Amino acid sequence: MDSSHNYDVLVLGGGNAALCAAINARRAGCSVLLLESAPKYFRGGNSRHTRNLRCMHDAPADVLTGAYGEEEYWQDLCKVTGGQTNEELARMTIRHTATCRGWMIEHGVRFQPSLGGALHMSRTNAFFLGGGKALINAYYRAAEDLGVDVSYDTEVTDLKIKDGRFVSATAAFQGDHREIHASTVVAAAGGFEANLAWLTEAWGPAADNFLIRGTPYNMGRVLRILLDNEAKSIGDPLQGHCVAIDARAPKFDGGICTRVDCVSLGIVVNAQARRFYDEGEDFWPKRYAIWGRLVAEQPNQIAYAIIDAKSMGKFIPPVFPPVKANSVRELALALQLDAHALEATVTQFNSALRAGSFDHTVLDDCTTDGLQPAKTHWARAIDTPPLFAYPLRPGITFTYLGVAVNDRAQVLWRDDHPSPNIFAAGEIMAGNVLGRGYIAGIGMAIGTTFGHIAGTEAARHVIG
Amino acid sequence: MSSARSVAPACLEEGRRMASICNACRYCEGYCAVFPALERRLSFTDGDLAYLANLCHDCGACYYACQYAPPHEFQLDFPKIMTQIRDATYRQYAWPGLLAMLFEHNGLVVGLMAVAGAVDFLLGMAVFVGRQALLSAHPDSTGAFYALMPHAIMAWTFGAVFALAVAALVVASARFWRGIGEEPEAFLSPGPFSRAIDSALQLEYLRGGGDGCNNRDDRPSQARRVCHQITVYGFLLCFAATCVATVYHYALGRHAPYAFWSLPVLLGSVGGIGLLVGPAGLAWLRARRDPALAGGKQIGMDWGFLLLLPLVSVTGLLLLVLRETATMGAMLALHLGTVMALFITLPYGKFVHAVYRFAALVRYHVERRRPLPELGPE
Repeated sequence: MDSSHNYDVLVLGGGNAALCAAINARRAGCSVLLLESAPKYFRGGNSRHTRNLRCMHDAPADVLTGAYGEEEYWQDLCKVTGGQTNEELARMTIRHTATCRGWMIEHGVRFQPSLGGALHMSRTNAFFLGGGKALINAYYRAAEDLGVDVSYDTEVTDLKIKDGRFVSATAAFQGDHREIHASTVVAAAGGFEANLAWLTEAWGPAADNFLIRGTPYNMGRVLRILLDNEAKSIGDPLQGHCVAIDARAPKFDGGICTRVDCVSLGIVVNAQARRFYDEGEDFWPKRYAIWGRLVAEQPNQIAYAIIDAKSMGKFIPPVFPPVKANSVRELALALQLDAHALEATVTQFNSALRAGSFDHTVLDDCTTDGLQPAKTHWARAIDTPPLFAYPLRPGITFTYLGVAVNDRAQVLWRDDHPSPNIFAAGEIMAGNVLGRGYIAGIGMAIGTTFGHIAGTEAARHVIG
Repeated sequence: MSSARSVAPACLEEGRRMASICNACRYCEGYCAVFPALERRLSFTDGDLAYLANLCHDCGACYYACQYAPPHEFQLDFPKIMTQIRDATYRQYAWPGLLAMLFEHNGLVVGLMAVAGAVDFLLGMAVFVGRQALLSAHPDSTGAFYALMPHAIMAWTFGAVFALAVAALVVASARFWRGIGEEPEAFLSPGPFSRAIDSALQLEYLRGGGDGCNNRDDRPSQARRVCHQITVYGFLLCFAATCVATVYHYALGRHAPYAFWSLPVLLGSVGGIGLLVGPAGLAWLRARRDPALAGGKQIGMDWGFLLLLPLVSVTGLLLLVLRETATMGAMLALHLGTVMALFITLPYGKFVHAVYRFAALVRYHVERRRPLPELGPE
């Protein structure tokens, strides 16, 4: 990092969106400095943990099967956001995904057919060979080959903004603060999901028991600086994408492998050994994202997914071994639950079952009768030892709060005027498109689209 | 089997821990055969780990793509644990078991064997044909080799040692096949067998999913794959040269040394050049290998083999060039000595990777014809 140099484009952040912006700006002829707050080993923000891109396509292409048109993509987005989306920006994103794969391949990304267990996504999502970290590595190689300067372990602590224009950034690097001047800045530094104090502000003390699925480096500092400088905010400030993950996962960075996919096969009880929601409401891929909030609402933010021997081996094996027992009582003791309460819950559940033919691949007719809450599919008795349990906690994937942007990725101020030289891309502005909810591969779609736009527009601002 | 020769329990436990993380993540399944094979399993027996470890071609792609690689607290270095388990399986399944100890300090063992081989042949020839004959020039080269060592003795000695080496490899791979839990007849299923040959000839799984394997950092390259195949095809050409020469000798009555443009010499020369170029490239790459990928004990074994192969080749090519000079005798002794060292250490050195890996590839293609475990959508 050469802080005496006046760069054309300063990129804040080191994930997918930041790299897309840096590469595009550099290719347009700009001098580019990228500041990544993480050390090299943990570079890439939450893009490290991603694995696919939701792609619009009108015919089978590369690894994508069938067709997934703009309208269907848009409808899918509307369903999950409940209208909290900017249609113009959303459609821009959708259309960009139809063409950006060539750019990605050119810069070293490789695609592979849908992963085992995710075949249902082969029509809508293009999977990265090796996942998001492989993609990030490819982009860093491309950026370095092109001559983008990259500085790791470099944390932005302040931005100097004058009359709505970016002037300089202050960054902490190896213990000292440096002021970096640049003609334009691209804010692509992610959300605030790793900032425990900020999470507590949003969720109260329950946030103490949340696990952070992604990088510990998303502290939301750049987001906070922009909001404090009167940037217009967007997205629900009090929500995040939250799934139920194994309670034994590390506090940060557990990623994909901490998932527990057996909820729909058994029952889930809370710390009082009581069930609290319909485990069989829908297929797990359509339901896992609500279970984070459900567990967050339980006492001490903990729950236990319980299955019996019949279901073992019928789901992707979780990374941590299950708690195993030969009876409900024994299981309760192992989980430190009230044995009588758990026995009552299981007995009540087992005796409420209506006969049906179990089929995990369809919404089958195995349901409970007169039970509150009901289990509406895949309800089978918990009666065949050994019994297994996986403890669950809310795991936060990302936050929705961001800065509003226009179609040139320029940050909007509260009076709706765009900044001429401050651009935003990635999670920090994802709320423009995804104000709430989630569909797989949309984060990378937004990051890639707005990364490209931000890089190109920043270069245009510099070069004209 | 003594426990000293099995894979260390700690190593297996670590392998199981890492494989369980991979099985829950699955991001790497496009890189090679290991991850699809791993995903067929819910838990991992010792045999499963031996199978996966030998199916792993050590391309390194998964290490650089891994979000759980060190310094992540999961400390997942999959290629490294695969290498450690693989090395241990070489010891575990070696036959006769007593000779498994040759895998300890294998680089040194192979080096000493090469020196001992050369010295033995030099001394042997000096004793049996006399110093005078050994050091004289042979302008009319016809039959000169056999003046120093009668053909029958040469053929029978090398034939016998080679046959023993092959027998040791066959028994070892049969033990491996049983150890990973397969029935003997499955090995020769025609479809999987020919798919495995195909995978091996192309070195399909050193492609890292397409762009090549990793060596020094996260940048993929085909260099290691290309150098490896130059070595393999060089080795096969040299072997073919020997086979053709044997046919010439016994069937056609044409005796070595052969003319420069004869088939055995052409095959041997091209092969010999391959055995110089290939290992040189591999050694260059090996020296630049990311330490994160190198799994400890194998380093000596790799170097031993990477030096022995070009030594065999250099002495052979020098013999060809110098066969009409006074140094012919010494060159013949050096060449025969290093070839003998190669034959003896075939089942007790790096060469075994070819045998176990091929068996693992056959197993992979056998398994692919079996139904997958039923899992719900994730």
